[in-house]
Amino acid sequence: MNAIPGAVAVNTFREAVRDRVLYNLIFFALLMIAASILVGQISIGIDRMVIVNLGLSAISLIGLVMAIFIGVSLVSKEIEKRTLYSLLARPIHRWQFLAGKYAGLLLTLIVNTAFMTVGLAGALFYVGRPFVRGDLTILIAIYFILLEFALVTAVALLFSCYSSPMLSTLFTVGVYITGVFAQDIRQAGDLSKDAAVEFITRAVYYLVPNFHNFNVIAAAAHGEAVGFGLVWQNTLYTAVYVVLVLLGATAVFSGRDLK
Amino acid sequence: MRWVALCAIPVFFCAAAVLQRQIDVRAATLSEANEELILRSPEAIRKLSLGYDALLGDIYWTRAVQYYGREMNEPRPDFHLLWPLLDVTTTLDPRLEVAYHFGAIFLSETGSIGAGRTDLAIKLVKKGVAANPNIWQLGTDLGFLYYWRLKDYPNATAAYLEASRVPNAPPWIKAMAARVAQTGGSIETSQMIWGQIYDSTKDATIKKRAKEELQGLRAQEDMIQLGKLADQYKQRVGRYPASEEDLRAAGLLPGIAVDPAGFPYEFDSDGKPRLNSKTTFQMPKEPKVFSAPAARTESSPSEQIQGTRVQ
Amino acid sequence: MAAAIIEIEGLTKDYPSGFWRKRWKRSLDHLSLQVEEGEIFGFLGPNGAGKTTTLKLLMGLIFPTSGTARIRGRSIEDIAMHAEIGYLPEHPYFYDYLTARELLDYYARFSNYSTAERNARVETFLKRVGLSSAANVQLRKFSKGMLQRAGIAQAILHDPKVVFLDEPMSGLDPVGRREVRDIILALKQQGKTVFFSTHILSDAEMLCDRVGVLVDGKLHGVGSPREMVSVEMQSMEILFELLEGRALPPRIADQARQIGGRYRIAVPEQDVYVAIEQLRSCDARILSMTPVRPTLEDYFIRLVGRERAATHEEETVLR
Repeated sequence: MNAIPGAVAVNTFREAVRDRVLYNLIFFALLMIAASILVGQISIGIDRMVIVNLGLSAISLIGLVMAIFIGVSLVSKEIEKRTLYSLLARPIHRWQFLAGKYAGLLLTLIVNTAFMTVGLAGALFYVGRPFVRGDLTILIAIYFILLEFALVTAVALLFSCYSSPMLSTLFTVGVYITGVFAQDIRQAGDLSKDAAVEFITRAVYYLVPNFHNFNVIAAAAHGEAVGFGLVWQNTLYTAVYVVLVLLGATAVFSGRDLK
Repeated sequence: MRWVALCAIPVFFCAAAVLQRQIDVRAATLSEANEELILRSPEAIRKLSLGYDALLGDIYWTRAVQYYGREMNEPRPDFHLLWPLLDVTTTLDPRLEVAYHFGAIFLSETGSIGAGRTDLAIKLVKKGVAANPNIWQLGTDLGFLYYWRLKDYPNATAAYLEASRVPNAPPWIKAMAARVAQTGGSIETSQMIWGQIYDSTKDATIKKRAKEELQGLRAQEDMIQLGKLADQYKQRVGRYPASEEDLRAAGLLPGIAVDPAGFPYEFDSDGKPRLNSKTTFQMPKEPKVFSAPAARTESSPSEQIQGTRVQ
Repeated sequence: MAAAIIEIEGLTKDYPSGFWRKRWKRSLDHLSLQVEEGEIFGFLGPNGAGKTTTLKLLMGLIFPTSGTARIRGRSIEDIAMHAEIGYLPEHPYFYDYLTARELLDYYARFSNYSTAERNARVETFLKRVGLSSAANVQLRKFSKGMLQRAGIAQAILHDPKVVFLDEPMSGLDPVGRREVRDIILALKQQGKTVFFSTHILSDAEMLCDRVGVLVDGKLHGVGSPREMVSVEMQSMEILFELLEGRALPPRIADQARQIGGRYRIAVPEQDVYVAIEQLRSCDARILSMTPVRPTLEDYFIRLVGRERAATHEEETVLR
């Protein structure tokens, strides 16, 4: 039973590879190389910090772009190209299909990020610092970035189930930005002292996935530790939210006529 | 047709490059290349960074350093953007210690090497202390500002005491607090403070500044000492010494003391020591409110700068 | 008496249409149909009749507005039932970045095969549809015919009991069509049931045990091709020569066509003897008389024409 989403996932991964999505790694590698070489000349004394900031931000940004752009066409492309027709005539439930597509994209992102992590380590090494205990936070920051990808991918998949890639992109980016600003929105609402506004902003805060939870890039750059409790809680939050969004996607997709 | 197109492309590229240069010339004469900070509000910038604030902080820090470097080379330097740049930097990344450090020194520097705004420097460093209560170096920066720039010894003492309470703070901070409280603006205290700055910073610009200050302090110290010796000479011989040679001949000096540039000191007619007229050494422009040096403690790299005084 | 292998009862599909999606367009109207095990059933109809809609409903790609259907006794809502059926969609679109072998391997994973068995099946069916030599070529480089063959391969590789083919012959050259015909016949020989929709009526005549005709969402008759056309009258084609100087009787002259020195005329069955009399009366020499079998196409076109006229009438009346 688990083999079916697995097969879909592997195929989705294969599609990404053959679509040359992984070529973005070349861009990342060039970026890291350029940064390692130039950083010593423009920022004295904080080269390690700059490399970590730049590397983690690039990993986050590139991955987000991938998650969104591939995510929004996960389902809609299969519908548009009609590849889904013969697939769903096989003994595969629609939720298994969704789970497989999701897992496939997530796998792609994880592999991509793994390569980038190696690149980042290489850049740090080149800049001359031996690896210290504080670098563990970098790995935690990357883990948090992966959690972020997991959430964004799920949201993109949800939108992919019923709207065109263009609209889905807008919606997903909208959700992401709202999630990043969720805390600010809530604070603004609290300050406004208007009960209605406060209610709305509170609702938004709890409704939208709070992406600001995942930003520990600054901590990683300064080599500060991130508590294990935070890691655990964020993992749980992500898991719950992803399941929630995928359930929504299943609900939407299960009743949909495929034109 | 394809070849025609391929050959035409480089031609058009050259034309574009030529036009670009002309535009640059025209734009430059339009207004002096003005560096401006379009967005001033640090909070707004932080919000716009969409979570990538640490990276943006690094970028602004780089801008600040390059801005400083550029302005230094201007005939009439004006560091009015230094404060906004550092303010934005530290709002984006409140843990960027070196930015507070840099601001402490160069926001308060006067003359052609700083913005001359000690108030802003203090504001910046206080922000740093508030955001990073466990970084004692920021507390000592605050102490430095009160001590060196404002001659506000009570506040300086308070700042050093506060810094000394940080866990892992080295013991010399407490000693510094005590010394400032006791002896105020002594050369010794100042040497300790600048010595600490020199030893602890990795930033080359700050290090250079500290070195200049230490050299200036050493020269002052030398001259005070020479002044005393000149008085002794007068008492013995009846007149002021004409040069250090006189002092040496009288057995008051074991050798010839030189300034940090290697030139011997001179005396004016009243027996006041001064810098050699041919010396290349320039005294840092700070008002001098000092009394006699007290006894020395252990050596540190900064002490090496002060070097051997005897040739 | 065993239940039919495909049972469709009152299957209806309405689509929302119009700008505000308030009106409903009925694309399938209470279709009721039974297909027996082991037969080749042809589903005929003009474009837009609802054939593809029916197939998509059966496959669970779209959901019925009302009505039910059962395949091998299991509801079409039972996804596990899909293990026993195969489907070739109207335009076989497959993942063009996969090779033929990879495609079949992927689809084979939805059935429970061991790795060895899966590999064996993939190879067998690549050979069966004649794609062995192109097994490692990406589908994006395939011709229409090759894609069709790959599609058929994925539809049958898991040994389904019922195979559904939507326009399997479309876009193929005569060789391709022959191959597909052979495959369909081979499937029947293996005891499988084949349900396919097509425009190509000559193929339906040749292959099908029974056909059903769908026009504008409604089913008009089910039966063997022979039964369907026997509703129509037969006619006779008479070939004759005229002697020098003789003229044709006026009625015959209207309908006869001259080819070289001879004449041909098609006469409805019941008028044959009258025509012969008339020809004898003008001393025409009858060369041959051949019964003209109406084709399914004739039947079809007449039926569609009638239906269209009726609908048009309805609409004019309603206005």
